[in-house]
Amino acid sequence: MNNKEFQIVVLAKQVPDTHNVGKDAMKEDGTINRAALPAIFNPDDLKALEMALACKDALKNIMDVKVSVITMGPSRAADIVRESIFRGADNGFVVSDKRFAGSDTLATSYALSAAVKKLGHIDIVFSGRQAIDGDTAQVGPQVAEKLNIPQVTYAEELVSLTENEIVIKRRLDRGVETVKAKFPVLVTVHGNANDCRPRHAARLLTYKKACSVSEIQSTDNGLQSTDIVSLWEKKPYLKIEEWTADDINPDFDRLGLNGSPTKVKSIENVVLTSKENKKINNSESEINDLMKELITAHII
Amino acid sequence: MNFYNDNKSLKFYLSHPVMDKIIKLKERDFADSDNDMMAPTDVEDAIDNYDKVLEIVGDLAANVLEANAEDVDHEGPQVVDNEIVYAKGTKKNHEILRDAGLYGMSLPRKYKGLNFPYVPYVMAAEIVSRADAGFANIWGLQDCAETIYEFASDEIKDKYLPLINEGFTCSMALTEPDAGSDLQSVRLKATFDDEHNCWRLNGVKRFITNGDADIQLVLARSEEGTTDGRGLSYFLYDRRDNAVTVRRIENKLGIKGSPTAELVFNNAPALLIGERRMGLIKYVMSLMNGARLGVGAQSVGLAEAAYHEALNYAQQREQFGKAIINFPQVYEMLGTMRAKIDATRSLLYETSRFVDLYKAYDSVSKERSLSAEERQDMKYSQRCADMMTPMLKLLASEYANQIAYDCIQVHGGSGFMKEYKCERLYRDARILSIYEGTSQLQVVAAIRFIGNGAYLKRIEEYEAMPVAEELMPLRERIMKMKESYLKIVETADKFGTSSEAYDFLARRMVEAMGHLIMSHLLLQDSNRVYETTGLQDNELSRLCKSCKIIIALGEAEIAKILTFVENFKEEDLSLYN
Repeated sequence: MNNKEFQIVVLAKQVPDTHNVGKDAMKEDGTINRAALPAIFNPDDLKALEMALACKDALKNIMDVKVSVITMGPSRAADIVRESIFRGADNGFVVSDKRFAGSDTLATSYALSAAVKKLGHIDIVFSGRQAIDGDTAQVGPQVAEKLNIPQVTYAEELVSLTENEIVIKRRLDRGVETVKAKFPVLVTVHGNANDCRPRHAARLLTYKKACSVSEIQSTDNGLQSTDIVSLWEKKPYLKIEEWTADDINPDFDRLGLNGSPTKVKSIENVVLTSKENKKINNSESEINDLMKELITAHII
Repeated sequence: MNFYNDNKSLKFYLSHPVMDKIIKLKERDFADSDNDMMAPTDVEDAIDNYDKVLEIVGDLAANVLEANAEDVDHEGPQVVDNEIVYAKGTKKNHEILRDAGLYGMSLPRKYKGLNFPYVPYVMAAEIVSRADAGFANIWGLQDCAETIYEFASDEIKDKYLPLINEGFTCSMALTEPDAGSDLQSVRLKATFDDEHNCWRLNGVKRFITNGDADIQLVLARSEEGTTDGRGLSYFLYDRRDNAVTVRRIENKLGIKGSPTAELVFNNAPALLIGERRMGLIKYVMSLMNGARLGVGAQSVGLAEAAYHEALNYAQQREQFGKAIINFPQVYEMLGTMRAKIDATRSLLYETSRFVDLYKAYDSVSKERSLSAEERQDMKYSQRCADMMTPMLKLLASEYANQIAYDCIQVHGGSGFMKEYKCERLYRDARILSIYEGTSQLQVVAAIRFIGNGAYLKRIEEYEAMPVAEELMPLRERIMKMKESYLKIVETADKFGTSSEAYDFLARRMVEAMGHLIMSHLLLQDSNRVYETTGLQDNELSRLCKSCKIIIALGEAEIAKILTFVENFKEEDLSLYN
């Protein structure tokens, strides 16, 4: 076995579940009522995790491979690390600091790239194509720029992987493109990619008590901090590491609101209603017409 | 959807008071908790483990297995180049449960298992069966690992048990063209090959579920010149040796995703499990009890699926201006279906607890000698497991068939059409009362415990368990049922317990006892619901309603049986014969 360890990082985000929006989802002032929305693993990021784990499966017989997850957010984002470990990731880090508050994609990608750098040598960085709360698809590519490494976006399928290069099929608007890349590389994963593997029972039992320092400091989760600290002494793998802004050695002007040129001018409350109904009869010609209309309108 | 979280009964049985003892035995008083990464630290932690793993099972069952079930039923497995190729959905089901680490659940951790007791393992089987009863066979055959663990040498255990978790599938090859219910006449020949220092198998097996499995346990005649069960031994065949061909697979009425194969063993190398001559009399009997428990779980799971189909349809379908569930003839069917499921589920987990206790003691006894009290408890648990298993298999499989039948009935004409799931459930249900011993064979197994009073002793124990004042009238009704039961047995006894007339009446006696057992179990459950939540309406108060329905049903059935038995004369046999 090769002595070099192959390093894979997955960037993952905890997001409000915008697919299950109830009537309390928005506050009066038009901002998101995060308390009313369950926090979930961003769907594209789960697919990125799967591709990372598939890479590990492909290489693990010839070399050591490590899959680490980095998530940025409040302390409860440790859920993302636990979930990733249950599904097969080796470890994870929560990047959490009040000084990150108000970050737009530029400040976020800056902080994430600083966190990735802290891990040292990296072969592949995976992220989801986009998050369901912002839908920008900017963070992955911006991280690649800041790390000064090539990027492959919209990855749909891992075609092959060796210790020297990766071949990926990309999903584009009008077809697919297969590309080859050397390492290091950043890959953003499309929603069409394979679903993430399930939680693994034995991993769940092993890591279910894993938590971070700030989780045991918050009083509402019922954990007894003294118990946990003595548990960490016996089972150090149950401690989820947290990084503050100081830990990732940043230029502080580029973090949070200060580092975010995006300004929200105004927020509109848009109610979507269907404008017109059209009745199509079940005849060959009317269905043909409808298809033509939809194709012309670029709907299908 | 999650088939674990949406069924509060499962959590209810997971927290049964006896679980405390089972878990402490199974976990050796938590001796591993400091040095084993997965081991629980206390009872609460262990139950939390079961709960979390069953949540994975419930998720995958509802969202993957259930979604694949229809395609699997249509596509089915095929034989290609003398090997079985699963339907696409079956393959996906197997892979996702393997990736979730759900094979080898009950094996010790050193063999990559989860060291789960039977209760949560059987729950997983129930949940998987609710999604796809046919696939439950392929998944459930991991039971074979239990036989290897209990009886095989350390060398075989170390080599094969860790493979189960990696997704190596299992099968048990018992049946032959001329040896079905009567396994004593098995002919497949095992001879010792001195040159290669291994056993060789030659012959044919038929109706083998998942016949082309990676690890095959085979019953074969190792003692030349013998003709009965004492000449049979048990072997392990490794599919990687490529010495068995699949001649054909059966075209079946139901559970079409589960391949049923005819196999030809061509001088196949095999390892002996345990001792020679013990194949049928010890190992297969043990395996068979496990398999019957599995069919119990499969029956309850399938019945649960049928009930949900019927309930949803009855709530949505409107006739004469209202949903059909509002008509007494329809809700009578649904309420009875519900009660039968609750009763057989209660029996399923009662049986599982007894199996857990004796197996855990048996396993502990390999490490240290048991105290006199523990030995007695082990013996008692084993006896209860032995008598509850055929009762469970009989009642759960027959009820599952009745429930699948009523599910179609609730659907009316639509239920007869292939578009609705109920027709698949109806076909899948039919095998339950046949394989792993027909209902008739379960009666043969159960009647012994009628004759020797073992069931009755357990009934007396139920009667001595405390119940709340408010529930006493129900217990009094069950005790009245017992009086009728005693008259039934007394009347049948007069023919002589080895007479043909006694055999003729056996099923009725066993069923009468079944009603008593189910009534008592649901009464105990009702009492536990009552103690924890009072009489307010909640998700578990359903069990109290089911208890009353089962008692009412039992009273009527026992009265019917009593009338039949009292009017029966020995010469009536000739009317049937």
